[in-house]
Amino acid sequence: MIRIDCPFCGLRDHSEFTYEGDATVQYPALDAPMEDWYEAVFLRENPRGPHREFWRHVGGCGSFLEVVRDTVTHEITEVKLAHPGMAAATGKAAAKTTEKATGGSE
Amino acid sequence: MSSTMRRYNALNVFWNGLTGNKNWDRAWRDPEPKPKYEVIIVGAGGHGLATAYYLAKNHGITRVAVLEKGWLGGGNSGRNTTIVRSNYMMPGNCAFYEHSLKLWENLSHELNYNVMFSQRAHVSLCFSPGQRDAMARRYNTMRLSGIDGEWWALDKLRKNIPYLNYGEDARYPIIGAFVQPRAGTARHDAVNWGYARTADALGVDIIQQCEVTDFIHENGRVVGVNTNRGEIRAEKVGLAVAGSTSTLAPKAGLGRLPIETHKLQAFVSEPLKPLVDHVIVYGVGHGHFYISQSDKGGLVFGGDLDFYNSYAQKGNLPIYSDVAGCAMNIMPMVGRVKILRQWAGIMDMSMDGSPFICKTDVPGLYLNAGWCYGGFKAIPGSGWCFAHTIAHDDPHDINAPLSLDRYRKGRHIDEGGGGPVPKHH
Repeated sequence: MIRIDCPFCGLRDHSEFTYEGDATVQYPALDAPMEDWYEAVFLRENPRGPHREFWRHVGGCGSFLEVVRDTVTHEITEVKLAHPGMAAATGKAAAKTTEKATGGSE
Repeated sequence: MSSTMRRYNALNVFWNGLTGNKNWDRAWRDPEPKPKYEVIIVGAGGHGLATAYYLAKNHGITRVAVLEKGWLGGGNSGRNTTIVRSNYMMPGNCAFYEHSLKLWENLSHELNYNVMFSQRAHVSLCFSPGQRDAMARRYNTMRLSGIDGEWWALDKLRKNIPYLNYGEDARYPIIGAFVQPRAGTARHDAVNWGYARTADALGVDIIQQCEVTDFIHENGRVVGVNTNRGEIRAEKVGLAVAGSTSTLAPKAGLGRLPIETHKLQAFVSEPLKPLVDHVIVYGVGHGHFYISQSDKGGLVFGGDLDFYNSYAQKGNLPIYSDVAGCAMNIMPMVGRVKILRQWAGIMDMSMDGSPFICKTDVPGLYLNAGWCYGGFKAIPGSGWCFAHTIAHDDPHDINAPLSLDRYRKGRHIDEGGGGPVPKHH
């Protein structure tokens, strides 16, 4: 079981979360050329190692989180609220780096 | 067949059985890599080995090396639930998977190796009129394409498969099933070993513990690979490395691909007396489940991806729990059966659930990838089409739709109509 340290709810099993995909994808302007949209919608780095990705705490506070997780070991090294304005609005730390031991793989 | 390989026949199997099975030859050689080949295939899984075999047999290209970083058949070819079917609807998939199924039907004879292909029928359970109508569309489309498919109403289903949970109070009451009678299972290792042995006999070098670390480019072409066992050159290089495609492709000059690597788990129970005579499959709500019984008696079953990117070839408990729940839904009597083993493979999930067998923008480089949940059944057809594509530097009509640039052109092959996400099966 992967465990994710939610800024609101604390350390929770990943089965409380849904995976929302690659967080490095930058969507282009609506009138950008088709090629830019092709790249954003279809192409992925798909790294073997650290991966920046979104998770949503559907079984908890509902927050969208941005997580850095190693795709080989499943170790999590960073968790933060995905929306940059959320930290200021809620008073929660924008970035929260977990201890190595808490972000372990199954 | 080369003179060094003895064909298997009833007499020598019987004789070797009487003499303690001590006098068999090696099934394939363990050659040192040569400096140059006509074709290098990276990855000695089912797809790579089948490609080498069809290059030699159909196209007379025998100066072929299959390079494997581990041992042959040690990746997804040895980690699947062995289901073979061709119940596809979309142009592109339909002809390809049916071609593959037809190759399966004669494979044991062709390879002189018993791949234990068992056409025990693939039974896809239905739970609601909406689901039935959607599947009726699929199976009618299949029938119009010459692929077998039929509807088993509840009385016929109960007669053929009496042990399912038909209770009115079931969480998801079964209303019938769509069936492909020619579908079934095969022995996963035997397929790899059969292709390896026969390709080897035709002159193909299968080189294990040989990891490709980089590609050699000259004048814009790929002309070989660097490996942990030195430089190996070839006129053409084909990639058949499943979940590792995204780590090798950029080194070959391909850049980012429409692929994410996800893990898929499978499970086998302790051996039981014969119980499950078919392949039984269903998807309902968030449940997704497929089960068959091996000849050794183990129930072989699986479910969904973990749904997060992963290169870890190991399982995880939430899917364990989901799959066990799915099993209990239709077969409550397996509740006390022990799970013996569980494993995971890393899938090359494409953005429409369909694969790529194609040339690439890099001259001399060919790609076989994007197999999602279903690479095993595709092994013969994939090897056959990939060999054709490499030999002719042009795809066969059957795999022409399975191109890497189809998304750019809007020609997705999205069986489920689920949009561009790497989750489809």
